[in-house]
Amino acid sequence: MLSGQLIRRLFPMAGRVCLSRSSAGPGAVGPVEAVIRTKLEQALNPEVLELRNESGGHAVPPGSETHFRVAVVSSRFEGLSPLQRHRLVHAALAEELAGPVHALAIQARTPAQWRENPQLDVSPPCLGGSKKTRGIP
Amino acid sequence: MSGSLGRAAAALLRWGRGAGGGVLRDPGVRSAGSGGGGGGGGSAERLDAMVKKDKVVVFLKGTPEQPQCGFSNAVVQILRLHGVSDYAAYNVLDDPQLRQGIKDYSNWPTIPQVFLNGEFVGGCDILLQMHQNGDLVEELKKLGIRSALLDEKQDQDSK
Repeated sequence: MLSGQLIRRLFPMAGRVCLSRSSAGPGAVGPVEAVIRTKLEQALNPEVLELRNESGGHAVPPGSETHFRVAVVSSRFEGLSPLQRHRLVHAALAEELAGPVHALAIQARTPAQWRENPQLDVSPPCLGGSKKTRGIP
Repeated sequence: MSGSLGRAAAALLRWGRGAGGGVLRDPGVRSAGSGGGGGGGGSAERLDAMVKKDKVVVFLKGTPEQPQCGFSNAVVQILRLHGVSDYAAYNVLDDPQLRQGIKDYSNWPTIPQVFLNGEFVGGCDILLQMHQNGDLVEELKKLGIRSALLDEKQDQDSK
């Protein structure tokens, strides 16, 4: 699928990221990640839920749970615009987004859309965030 | 269409090479900063005016010349690919009230945020999706903006 090829070319790290790795420690799932998974399962009853802690790729301390990417595949997204789908995900994770979660990349697909391109994308590289303005390397 | 998307992909790869050096300047982009207008830094009235003042309005971390966030850079690069050079860009890192205010205004928890014709469109993921499925070309057309990708395709077709 062309969009899959495009994503791999846009994000050069795509082939090198392990889906299950989180920055909470090798193989460990942190508490925030666990809560995100539970809440999304309850709210959206997904067929597929792929969640990746991407905090390790950002300017935050090791073990952080601040940056996540999620692919949610649910028939509840049928007939909803991308904006409406994302808002559903945000609503389920309102507490986390008001709290520790600083960034959430979302792929919200219907089962048919997922079958066309079943992969969790990779986020673009961090450009330093607000730390750049403080002169921290 | 695959040819222009291939070139688009090559251009977007530049965002992996860091801020500053890897980001080209866009003549005509207004880094509107956070100044000007009445009301507090993040008041709904002020934000309403900001998002309606220009056809394309984005709230970023950093500026189009020097984005400070990979997701914000993605928005800048997508607009650049489409040849959108005249848009308002507001740097939320300059103004904590703006940073929180825009999240309250659009009821959206993250930055970047994209507004077309005064209407909230979404963040980086949605803009990328719109770019990939052709919706962005259509939405820009409704605003009277002709996407540069259409001209690329035309060049291709006429060869």
